[in-house]
Amino acid sequence: MTIQIAVTVDARNLSCPMPIVKTAIAIKRLASGQVLEVLATDPGSAKDFAAWSKTTGNEVIESDVQGRVFRFVLRKK
Amino acid sequence: MTVMTRDAPEALLREASETINPSPAPGAQSEAKAKTKSLVIIAESGDLEKTWATTILASTAAASGMEVSIFFTFWGFFPLVRPEKRITGQVWMQKMLSLMNRPGIDHLKLSRLNFMGLGPWMMKRLARKHGVASPGELLAMAQAMGVKLLPCQMSMDMLGFTPEDLIDGLEEPVGAATVLEMIASGTPALFI
Repeated sequence: MTIQIAVTVDARNLSCPMPIVKTAIAIKRLASGQVLEVLATDPGSAKDFAAWSKTTGNEVIESDVQGRVFRFVLRKK
Repeated sequence: MTVMTRDAPEALLREASETINPSPAPGAQSEAKAKTKSLVIIAESGDLEKTWATTILASTAAASGMEVSIFFTFWGFFPLVRPEKRITGQVWMQKMLSLMNRPGIDHLKLSRLNFMGLGPWMMKRLARKHGVASPGELLAMAQAMGVKLLPCQMSMDMLGFTPEDLIDGLEEPVGAATVLEMIASGTPALFI
């Protein structure tokens, strides 16, 4: 089963805290259970999204890195 | 699939105020309040780098679902003045103060290596190159996400600022007791 991605947040070339801030704004528009994808180039974002997921309860269901682009797939709580 | 591009800050700000701060359903507020984590930042320094820290932490905390207040006091009060305002104050000493320490979040000085403004100029260029939002942008973002900005009444009176000097969307000026009440009821505080 493929995951249906409702929205993609492009946070490439943005530094802390904008990837998190943009994601927080975008995820508010989604319904519980919907899935969002984030693209980021900030190397700190790997740890930051894990921490943010812990604080907010939105689950990181997938994360990978291609070149310098990190990709996170989050499911809204 | 909708692709969100790197929208202009105005669009993002509008979206932030529409989504992050929805009016809570009646009755749901007290329950939500009890569960929400909170943070209060006492912004005292007014230095460029420390105001950056304040606005980064405040916007990130709001993005993490925390209830955030920033108390702006003494040197930290100056970033609340509209950037286009040059001279503030009623008496000569207050006017001198604003002349020597230019108010407004776009005109902050570094606590080290300021070099008559060369330091901040270089720092802002580096920030732009690395995709770091400015303190002003971050403060606006924090505000749009529901961060409460509390001006210190004492600083306002003593340093000679009037409500017309200040940016929009601030809370009523308050004193130390208001901040201490938050801390006493369990809200962690940062003094920056």
